[in-house]
Amino acid sequence: MTLTPLPLQASQTARPDALGRFGQFGGKYVPETLMPALSELEAAFYQYRDQPEFQQELNQLLHDYVGRPSPLYFAERLTQHYARPDGTGAQIYLKREDLNHTGAHKINNALAQVLLAKRMGKQRVIAETGAGQHGVATATVCARFGLKCVIYMGVHDMERQSLNVFRMQLMGAEVAPVAAGTGTLKDATSEAIRDWVTNVEDTHYILGSVAGPHPYPMMVRDFHAIIGQETRQQCLTKWGGLPDILLACVGGGSNAMGLFHEFIDEPNVRLIGVEAAGSGVDTDRHAATLTRGEVGVLHGAMSYLLQDDDGQVIEAHSISAGLDYPGVGPEHSYLKDLQRAEYYSVTDAEAVAAFQRTAQLEGIIPALETSHAIAYLETLCPQLAGSPRIVINCSGRGDKDVQTVAKYLEEQD
Amino acid sequence: MTSVSDCFTDLRDRGLCALIPFITAGDPDLETTAAALHVLDQSGADLIELGVPYSDPLADGPVIQAAATRALQRGTRFEQVLEMVQTVSPQLRSPLILFTYYNPIFHRGIRPFLQQVAKAGVKGLVVPDLPLEEADTVLQQAADAGVELTLLVAPTSPPARIAAIARSSQGFIYLVSATGVTGMRAKVGARVQELLYELRSVTDKPIGVGFGISQTEQAQQVMEWGADAAIVGSAFVKRLSEGTPKQGLDSISSFCRSLKAAVTSD
Repeated sequence: MTLTPLPLQASQTARPDALGRFGQFGGKYVPETLMPALSELEAAFYQYRDQPEFQQELNQLLHDYVGRPSPLYFAERLTQHYARPDGTGAQIYLKREDLNHTGAHKINNALAQVLLAKRMGKQRVIAETGAGQHGVATATVCARFGLKCVIYMGVHDMERQSLNVFRMQLMGAEVAPVAAGTGTLKDATSEAIRDWVTNVEDTHYILGSVAGPHPYPMMVRDFHAIIGQETRQQCLTKWGGLPDILLACVGGGSNAMGLFHEFIDEPNVRLIGVEAAGSGVDTDRHAATLTRGEVGVLHGAMSYLLQDDDGQVIEAHSISAGLDYPGVGPEHSYLKDLQRAEYYSVTDAEAVAAFQRTAQLEGIIPALETSHAIAYLETLCPQLAGSPRIVINCSGRGDKDVQTVAKYLEEQD
Repeated sequence: MTSVSDCFTDLRDRGLCALIPFITAGDPDLETTAAALHVLDQSGADLIELGVPYSDPLADGPVIQAAATRALQRGTRFEQVLEMVQTVSPQLRSPLILFTYYNPIFHRGIRPFLQQVAKAGVKGLVVPDLPLEEADTVLQQAADAGVELTLLVAPTSPPARIAAIARSSQGFIYLVSATGVTGMRAKVGARVQELLYELRSVTDKPIGVGFGISQTEQAQQVMEWGADAAIVGSAFVKRLSEGTPKQGLDSISSFCRSLKAAVTSD
């Protein structure tokens, strides 16, 4: 399939198709009880997305409450770090989503979805969370709009992200522990879906990634597309052109889709997603779904999936709670098969090294998730000729991860 | 063992409401599952639903989730479940319906999966995460393989969907009695009677009511409302898992008899 440049609107409606498919990926593999709710949500999304009153409220809040636009920052010392002796080398920019209110990109989607929920007359909001960033974003917008909020979180993640648990509770959300399975994001998502099946009539489910059944992958992507739209403007202002390479971490893949979407029809922009290799993709402890998974169905969508010979879902492993997921958003699977985007992986050790390097060179502590994208510079930069401009989605800040990293470094000693 | 459709035709001719117990394969072990299938078959079951344990059972409540987790922790593999079914099914009077999530089907390939389960003697299939929109391929190939794929109708399904699901569903129509996951509830959802009426007005196919039926009174209630079958899951799974396998088998035997009595009008 060729990617013919199309007017933006047309190309957006083509991905996904009317049934929520990105090629063979996506779809709606959910219990019948949820099918009407998904249709209702899709209709509401289309109704309000382009409505001036909705857009105005959303844009105002993104500006005044979230603090958008987020800066595109030239990371001068990281750039120097990767410069060749002749002075050439990648020019590294960070799209500072970590500076958003609540400290990550997740708020873009949570805010937009809560405005939808309000218009659909839903009084109660539920969400799943891994690292806690989406849970915090959801708790935040629910506090802001006075909605009852329940966040499902794996018990293992509650332990490694205890700061975020407290933040959610502080804002009045109930954090419901999920002990099933590995007690991580996969199990929290299943439990959130069970809650939604049970309380679908008065509850909206703010899914936090470009995963799940249609319309979520499309809707969450579109609510994060502002990341790429701002980036295009900022690149134009700074150097009058496009970036050469976009780099982002991929768990479910929302920050990556948010950055990539605007540039998918720009064939000269390389799109690179970085997954979590945990202890290594050749071990049984990783979360490199696109690198090592096979096509399957999880949480309502067909996509690449870590699974065994019986089609049982395999537990993922990553030091980063936000990447610790055996599935991936269906559009990433599609972009991979189309070879429009490239996907690689980095290990826990490489991510922690990048976490430290960015702190020391830039005075920025990135989230462990984000550190995976930054870590890939080690592999990428030596391969690049000239001085291409790389924009990394600095998707979140790392305050929540300092304990995890301290513990990790202690164990390595 | 007859087909699911023929079994219902025969029951309807005799004016009977069917009882469909559900158990999870491999909990506590496959030997007990095999024994349980015999026990249920001889204690009044008309059809039997056998759950394939799955790692991410998002339509199931705590009882069946826990049973699936136990079965998988014991190392239950799909091949072993099929071998057990192949041995036991020829000795059963009740048609066997396999309850499985979609990924294990998709992973094997739809056609090979259907051929393998048909060869083992499975007559019906229920896939809780395969709604009408995604079911086309399985519906077509199930017919070729001689297995019937039963679709689900939920309390939230609007009338046009109900009619479309009823048209496509094979064997019978599975009416989900309440919004939510499988599990025991105090009351049968009030909307069930209305939904049964709505379904009757668009289809002649048999209708089984499940999700949340755990007591004889509830089974009797759905029979009186005109259901063709009462489907009882978690209550069987829970009884079978309590005490020794022998105690579990005795317990489901007497429970099955009392349920059968409850759905048999005088």
